[in-house]
Amino acid sequence: MTDSNSKMPAGMAPGLIALGLATAYLVALLGAEKQAVIISLLVLGIGAVVGAAWLGLFDRVSRSFADHEDALGGSAIVAALALAAYFHEDHFVLLLVVTVLLTSVATLGLNVQFGYAGVLNFAGASFFGVGAYTSAVLNAYTSVPHLIVLPIGGVIAALIGSMLLLPVLRTRGHYAAVVTIAFALLFKTFLEVNDVLGGPQGMQVKGMNILGWSFNDNIEAGGITISFYMGYFLLSLALLIAAFVLVRRLERSWIGLNLDALRLDETAASCFGLDITRWKITAFLIGNFLIGIAGALFGMVGGFVGPNNYTFADSLILVSILLLGGIGNPWGLVVATFIVVVVPEKLQTIQEYRFLLYALMVIGVLLFRPEGLLPRPVRRYFPRWRP
Amino acid sequence: MNPLLQARGLMRRFGGVVALDGLDLDVAANEILGLIGPNGSGKTTFFNVVTGIYGADAGTVTFGGADITRAPSRAVYKAGIARTFQRSRLSLPLSIFDNIMIGNHQHLNQGLWFNLMRRKAFKREFEENYAAARALVEVFEPAMADRLFEPVAGLPMIDRRRIEICRALISAPKLLLLDEPSAGMTHEETAELMDDILLVRERNKNLTIIIVEHEMGVIERITDRCVVLNFGRKIADGPYREVAADPQVQEAYLGVA
Repeated sequence: MTDSNSKMPAGMAPGLIALGLATAYLVALLGAEKQAVIISLLVLGIGAVVGAAWLGLFDRVSRSFADHEDALGGSAIVAALALAAYFHEDHFVLLLVVTVLLTSVATLGLNVQFGYAGVLNFAGASFFGVGAYTSAVLNAYTSVPHLIVLPIGGVIAALIGSMLLLPVLRTRGHYAAVVTIAFALLFKTFLEVNDVLGGPQGMQVKGMNILGWSFNDNIEAGGITISFYMGYFLLSLALLIAAFVLVRRLERSWIGLNLDALRLDETAASCFGLDITRWKITAFLIGNFLIGIAGALFGMVGGFVGPNNYTFADSLILVSILLLGGIGNPWGLVVATFIVVVVPEKLQTIQEYRFLLYALMVIGVLLFRPEGLLPRPVRRYFPRWRP
Repeated sequence: MNPLLQARGLMRRFGGVVALDGLDLDVAANEILGLIGPNGSGKTTFFNVVTGIYGADAGTVTFGGADITRAPSRAVYKAGIARTFQRSRLSLPLSIFDNIMIGNHQHLNQGLWFNLMRRKAFKREFEENYAAARALVEVFEPAMADRLFEPVAGLPMIDRRRIEICRALISAPKLLLLDEPSAGMTHEETAELMDDILLVRERNKNLTIIIVEHEMGVIERITDRCVVLNFGRKIADGPYREVAADPQVQEAYLGVA
């Protein structure tokens, strides 16, 4: 954690400029078609980031974000809406952005577990899959309103996750991680042999339908056609905002302090009255709930779930996003999710080498910036509050 | 008067090593007790058994009349016993304020709804606790009181010790266990720290202290009574001057053949 505790509040300008540049860059990158253009844009992006880091501009941006989080968060929402409006016809780009938003929600959940409580979860994608399967089953066999299906997906992911609690709580560190890896492998096998859930072929998922408005139809408004992904985009954005605010408040509360205390020193924490088990369970369930909700909505977006969509490899990607973005920093996670999801999609030439790219990124970050792209600052319970 | 803390026949073995060998110990309310003895004589083990980090193999510990022998660490803390550690165990990436607040766990509202949704009420509780932490830190080091939101990682040893003691004192415990507070500090720094602890005790007359220390100057100056351990047993008990003159104690320390 770095010290961002200067007496004077930082200005808002660095944050706004960074946000504007990032949005413009994203529009250019997402809109680019030719591989040559995409590669030059990526090289430009990496150069700009390294240069900015070298000049110390990053610190100014992160201080600006720390002191004006609400205003800059609002601007980020506006930027996201503007981006979506620009690509309103483009199915592919909107789907990509929806994927980023929902993956961010899932990594926020993982962040509560690993980043705060220190409980490693290498089955993140499995719980994401639990959410997706929940919406597949509920939408096919019941008439539960689809908006209600989302929290149910979260609850089911938390419930199934609680099967892991006993072994996870009885083991520590790496051993607990191995338990979750075992779960990820078992989960895939379970799905493959389970005919009710479609076996290896998976299941269709009916799309979101709110009060008769089907999300899977394009919207025609005054002569312009808006991609049917726009509804999913708005819903995913709302979900990300809610998850972000929740995780932020959690961090900036006594509970966030409890989780940090037990991650850093269990013995000392229990000598000061902390119930280690209670708080590990709390963090694990909250995390899984977020992952499950994101999965439930993503199932509807994709229209299909299968055992091969949510494998151990995908769980590793979620963990690598955490390492890349900066463990414990929600802003860093969103940025890292963009990088990890968008770059391989746009860069078709390296599709097969995706995992190689992730591995190189993670190794690079661990070597040169061990706390991630945007390290977590020291906790301020109320950022604008001054004694 | 009944003792505040009472140990009877306390046993603790680690494999073949007997760390506590039927230890009997009484601590009266409001006294400052020095716990001394050569390395490996069982002082820190005693603290760890009292605070529930290690279980006792036999014997009992009562605190204020209640049996706490098998109580888990968090129950011992709730009963009113707070401690520091021989090797500083602060959470280095966290701020000074965070570290002190870890010690105030039982007075902080831990409700999920309160913490996440009732942010106004939370802010009031935060401000009250900030004021309390600041007032406590000011006793030890006024300069540090303005820097409560800086990480502990960059601070020198004496400041870390001060924070550890603030963390133990913030919840206003009845009994404070100090495990070698002078470790890693100079004579002057130790003296200063002890004065500050005595100042806190001036304000809170109900504070009882057990201090483990190798620095005999400290023991002589601040303790009312000393208990000397050797091989997990009590070999002397009395005011510092008396136990220091005890031939058995001298033998234990100097290893007279």
